[in-house]
Amino acid sequence: MAQEAATGAPLGTEGASESEGVRRRDFINIAAVSAAGVGGVAVIVPLVSQMWPSADVLAESSTEVDIAAVQPGQAIKAVFRKQPVFIRNLTPAEITAAQTVDNDPKQLAALRDSQTLAQRTKEGHESLLITMGICTHLGCIPQGAGTGEVKGEFGGYFCPCHGSHYDTAGRIRKGPAPKNLEVPEYEFSGTIVKIG
Amino acid sequence: MSFPWSKEYKPSHPLMTWLDERLPLPRLVYNAVGGGYEVPRNLNYFWNFGFLAGLCLVIQIVSGVILAMHYGGDTSVAFNSTEHIMRDVNWGWMLRYGHANGAAAFFAVVYLHIFRGFYYGSYKAPREMIWLLGVVIFLLMMATAFMGYVLPWGQMSYWAAQVITGLFGAIPLIGEPLKEWLLGGFAPGNATLNRFFSLHFLLPFVILGVVILHIWSLHIPGSSNPTGVEVKSESDTVPFYPYYVGKDGWTIGLLMIVYSVFVFYMPNALGDPENYIPANPMQTPAHIVPEWYFWPFYAILRSFTQNFLIFDAKLLGVMAMFAAILVWFFLPWLDKSPVRSASYRPLYRKFFWVLVIDVLILGYLGKAPAEQPYVFVSQLATMYYFLHFLVIVPIVSSIERPDPLPFSITESVLGHDGAAKLAKD
Amino acid sequence: MIRIFSILVGLFFTVALAWSLLWDTIQLSKDGLPKSAAAEFGEHAKPLKLASDGPFGKFDKKQLKRGFEVYAGVCASCHSLQQVAYRSLVHAGFTEKEVKELAAKATVNAKDPLTGEMKDRPGLPSDKFQPVVYAGNGVPPDLSLITKARKGGAPYIYSLLTGYEASQPAELVKQFPDAKTPEGMYYNPYFSNLNIAMAPPLASDDLVTYSDGTKATKDQMAQDVSAFLVWTAEPELEQRHQTGAWWILFLIFATTLAYMSYRNIWAEKKGK
Repeated sequence: MAQEAATGAPLGTEGASESEGVRRRDFINIAAVSAAGVGGVAVIVPLVSQMWPSADVLAESSTEVDIAAVQPGQAIKAVFRKQPVFIRNLTPAEITAAQTVDNDPKQLAALRDSQTLAQRTKEGHESLLITMGICTHLGCIPQGAGTGEVKGEFGGYFCPCHGSHYDTAGRIRKGPAPKNLEVPEYEFSGTIVKIG
Repeated sequence: MSFPWSKEYKPSHPLMTWLDERLPLPRLVYNAVGGGYEVPRNLNYFWNFGFLAGLCLVIQIVSGVILAMHYGGDTSVAFNSTEHIMRDVNWGWMLRYGHANGAAAFFAVVYLHIFRGFYYGSYKAPREMIWLLGVVIFLLMMATAFMGYVLPWGQMSYWAAQVITGLFGAIPLIGEPLKEWLLGGFAPGNATLNRFFSLHFLLPFVILGVVILHIWSLHIPGSSNPTGVEVKSESDTVPFYPYYVGKDGWTIGLLMIVYSVFVFYMPNALGDPENYIPANPMQTPAHIVPEWYFWPFYAILRSFTQNFLIFDAKLLGVMAMFAAILVWFFLPWLDKSPVRSASYRPLYRKFFWVLVIDVLILGYLGKAPAEQPYVFVSQLATMYYFLHFLVIVPIVSSIERPDPLPFSITESVLGHDGAAKLAKD
Repeated sequence: MIRIFSILVGLFFTVALAWSLLWDTIQLSKDGLPKSAAAEFGEHAKPLKLASDGPFGKFDKKQLKRGFEVYAGVCASCHSLQQVAYRSLVHAGFTEKEVKELAAKATVNAKDPLTGEMKDRPGLPSDKFQPVVYAGNGVPPDLSLITKARKGGAPYIYSLLTGYEASQPAELVKQFPDAKTPEGMYYNPYFSNLNIAMAPPLASDDLVTYSDGTKATKDQMAQDVSAFLVWTAEPELEQRHQTGAWWILFLIFATTLAYMSYRNIWAEKKGK
């Protein structure tokens, strides 16, 4: 029925009326059906957009964390968009461990997801590694940020679900995960870091 | 109905032929609301409300399913989740106002549809089944609307649940246990809210199913018409498509304009302010009233104030309220007049208009407080309501002398000479 | 047969009603029409003109901000505003920074997402206004939805705030001794039963100092807080008005086209 309507006036107007009149009538019928179509699309817009995150969810789309108390060697967890974020103040030894890989082109190229520590931190805050606490394999939370947790073979994070090992720059070194731990967008203002 | 001159579906594309041979869905649509359904050419605008009621049902189901994505059916969160929809969900306010006012639009359209039936005798043979299914739809609508009203868990929601389930408590012997069973407790609570949510989601689809039966049964005899004279020849009918698609189509626009004025500019005009107060089981609102579409029945309920014979006042009120709708089921057999349309029934026509005024008065009284002089008037108005259907209609239909009917639908449209000319051509 | 039965049922209901009517009428002749103090002495809301009125109404952001200052300075000691989130104040004339500072003043008891324990922390813009602990008797209503939850809306709120009267009319007490204002309550002819537990909240001028320098008269404060409460109840109002205007304009256009199309289709079927 819709198709028939879209092709214009299906009326028995042949012969009797002038062709001018017929064309004008076709035009009005087509215009009316088109207007109905536009109205239908306009109605669909809110019906679809209601599924996007609502205002209260969007209001929690950024998190501010005070990192003044995080000493080298310590890590804290924060919550960003209902998911854990690891904020880690690297010790000089951990930085060296990461940079050894960075400075060796062979080793760097051999990484599954090749990135340097500098690319994963902000200038002036190279010792602060801020990553999502979500294993890039299947979404478990890796260990290594809490005190006493296993840090894995490379001294960073270890995901117990399927055995992914991350190094001190949060890079995937061993196990099934395809990518390094994600670095969210963030910026510093004083000792406050605003994530998102 | 399939008249000898009804057009047959001819697939316009090989693909449609292929489909038609395997699943003749396009054929079904063509015969139901397309060029294959022949309809009397003389329908007036009162015949548009069936189509518009279908549109309202679609609006309610679509907006309702979406609201259910954001609503929480638990007494601790129901009110706040409703406010969450109004404030935070994208276009949530429009969906909720659209749904609440959509219910009002649905009832308004359906009332006009029902009164069209009263005036034009649409319930008479061979269309009794259409009418019976229609009354079933109306009952389901009332149940659905009531349970939907409880969901925001405002003051009026809570007390409506209390009062309406209390009606069932009036039934002798089984009343009190029945009430507890309905509520899942001794007063409306979480169990009540949850089951109402579930049923409020389910019932519209049941309504949709009965609507399909309603339309199916309509297609057996075909649509009635303002003269009440049956279709006799090809010149009496026009195909549904394009003629009535065009006519129903533009009135969709009219309905949408009126509906949108409510949704966007007076979304709370028909609602009760009390329902913006969270439910409080310890405090009854000063004045409990249902939504406007229940006012006439509420007035009937409240007009019984004294015990009579073995019946106590409460039971009488409840019986009368249900009877007020149940009498519609018997209408095809109470009205024995061979003439359908009130246009040719001078006496019945007068009583019809008295009924319209009577129901409007009952509506006004249903909203008014339960005190004098409103009670006095609602007792008189309720009396007329029952006398009309149960006494006046049967008697008038036996004694009335109807006006002469036109020979055919064509004659009623073109006049006697026009019809004769058409017949000669 | 069915019609005889139906006439009997009809007569049964009629007689039952007549019975009720008879007794009610006898009672009515004894008692006369019911009278209530509220019906005789209650007043209708005074007119209040707000920028948000009418189909094209928009909020006056400056007034909303002043209204919030009245709420925060006067009402907030007893009345909560729990449906409103701090973040939404950016739509009521506040900057992001002001909202952040305002939220931080509140103490929010919330679950620490890391440890799961309940802890006090400073409020965030994403938090809602916190519950108010009221020391007296009763529960002062939450104000988030008050203009929608009271018949008469904003003009009612305005009238109530400015409508306190020092004493009841002598005629009222004479006619309705029961309606005498009880100890600890206040006479207000705009309130539903005339006697209200809330002490006059805007008893004198300058209860708040407006940040925009407007003189805080009693009437000004009452108007501003009423305007603010319209916003808290209907934050969607502006979007609603604008969307509605475009949508209805479009509908009128589309309906006109559809009507013309309908006339076309029926052109040669119209009789006579």
